[in-house]
Amino acid sequence: MSDSLGENSVAVRTPPEGRGPVGGGATAAPAPAGRRRGSADWRKRAEIAILAGPAILLFLAFVVFPVVMAAYYGFYRWKGFGPPTDFVGLENYRLILTDSSFHDALMHNGFIVVMSLVLQGPAAIAFALLLNQKMRGRSLIRVLIFVPYVIAEVIVGTGWSLMLQTTGAVNDFLEKIGLPDWTVDWLSDPDIAIWSLMLIITWKYIGFAVILFLAGLQSIPEELFEAAAIDGASYWQMQRSITLPLLGPTIRIWAFLSIIGALQLFDLVYIIWGQYISATAGTSTMATYMVLNGRLAGAYGYGNAVAVVLFVISLIIALIYQRYVLRRDTEGAITEGKKK
Amino acid sequence: MAAISTAPPPSTPAPVRRRRSRSLSQAGWPTYVLAYLLVGVCIAPVLYIVLGGFRTNSQITADPSGLPSPWEIVNYLDVLSSSVFWRQAGNSAFVGILTTLGVVVLGVMAAYVIARYNFSGRAAMYSLFAAGLMFPMTVAITPLYIMIRGLGLMNTLWGIILPQIAFALPTTIIILTPFLRAIPKELEEAASIDGASRLGFFWRMVIPLSVPGVVTVGILAFIASWNSYMLPLFILNDEMQYTLPLGVQSFASQFSTDTARVLAFTSLSMIPALVFFSLFERRIVGGLTGAVKG
Repeated sequence: MSDSLGENSVAVRTPPEGRGPVGGGATAAPAPAGRRRGSADWRKRAEIAILAGPAILLFLAFVVFPVVMAAYYGFYRWKGFGPPTDFVGLENYRLILTDSSFHDALMHNGFIVVMSLVLQGPAAIAFALLLNQKMRGRSLIRVLIFVPYVIAEVIVGTGWSLMLQTTGAVNDFLEKIGLPDWTVDWLSDPDIAIWSLMLIITWKYIGFAVILFLAGLQSIPEELFEAAAIDGASYWQMQRSITLPLLGPTIRIWAFLSIIGALQLFDLVYIIWGQYISATAGTSTMATYMVLNGRLAGAYGYGNAVAVVLFVISLIIALIYQRYVLRRDTEGAITEGKKK
Repeated sequence: MAAISTAPPPSTPAPVRRRRSRSLSQAGWPTYVLAYLLVGVCIAPVLYIVLGGFRTNSQITADPSGLPSPWEIVNYLDVLSSSVFWRQAGNSAFVGILTTLGVVVLGVMAAYVIARYNFSGRAAMYSLFAAGLMFPMTVAITPLYIMIRGLGLMNTLWGIILPQIAFALPTTIIILTPFLRAIPKELEEAASIDGASRLGFFWRMVIPLSVPGVVTVGILAFIASWNSYMLPLFILNDEMQYTLPLGVQSFASQFSTDTARVLAFTSLSMIPALVFFSLFERRIVGGLTGAVKG
């Protein structure tokens, strides 16, 4: 729809532009239509180039180009100095895919992806419904639950690793409230560490989910609830038949962001568990594996190959997700310009 | 209200009461309890950090989860009077402000093109940036590091700013495009009848009208930059150039026995992001609403 409007407005706009001082010498009256249109076209292209050019250039240079280079470096054994010469073909990839510590990291990432959705999703929806009511201090509550999301990963990591030490605040608090049996070694015990990580991730990111869902809830027209109430629907019926379906797009976008974030997880693990012990604590991720075996080992070719594997895994999951889950939501946004 | 609630058959007073409330019902006390519980869980670790800074190390060792008694302000004064903290805060501010400016200016311009121009490459341009959401920093960091080194930008703040702008563009453009598309066509037509060119319309109408969206993406970009860890970790080796996240980490390992001072340093370093966020919280939530709807 916006396209047909666009065509119209171009048609409407053309004459005044031709009359303008910059119209390439074309004056209002008898300029041939083709020439006038051509100059307007040229002008439009120049505007597009001036406005979008810098963003596209920067994006290509600092985002796309490095990813392409990662694919190239990944075929070499390379210490990172001088041009890469020691071409090893797919050897790096063979090593990665047969390395059991990479398998572990991959498993951890998978666990984090699934548990993030399971732990945060339902809780965040429940809290969004809860907070979507008239209550005193509502905006303050919103600010406060968003605080963990706004705080830097470094601060979260530093604070939680101090609290979760065996002699830290959490164990001390558990003893104080009479649960001394619950005190464990939160960070080093391989059976527990990944759950501690999930606890921290949930704490840090659930506020974002709640705020996103609140925003989604507010875009649901009130009339639907009024109509349902007149028909005698109960609160839970309304939530199930109106809120959840209409919140669907928001939930699906949130899940997408959550999955991608979980696959790329680096900061929290690296800060809390440091460079070397994340593997023994059972919290290593593909990204920490990449940094440890790539840059820190001086094996840049290998590190780049890990980056490519990480990217391909994320891309496949993202494409599958877009194909089967997000398609109905993004269809309009992405294909609009192509509509015939 | 009373008239309406008596109208339906006798079995429905309860739904009617809900109707008045609809999704915005008046909260009962269980709601308050649960909401405050959630807030408590979210805030307690932050309070631990802030209050821990007011304690001494012996207090922390003797009673890890206790409150300050007596309150000691010396840790905070120590940090505030150290040049290290201010230098790192200055670096972080410089990087954050320039990143935000770059993201906002380039993002608005590109989003304007996608939202308001008809040309054959438009869908491709949108897809390019949308695909950028799938190119997180993690994947590109190793070659990015090699590239920044090749450009001679190692240990410079520009080596952080330029990639950060590039990586923030996809989100920015995707949030801003629906904002700019929502500006009525009639306004643009009226402006062009009044003799404004499309660029003139952009400066005089689009920029002022897109302020809510711009503030949202600007704040998000600033907070992301303020908190950014991985890129500085790779690019900055020189302590003089450290931004606060690296500073917090190096301070924490350097003074690992001085927990109270680490906590004071940590809590001071989160203030700017928190202040910015709470000032513009309404705008950010509003911006997310726009993005979700769009």
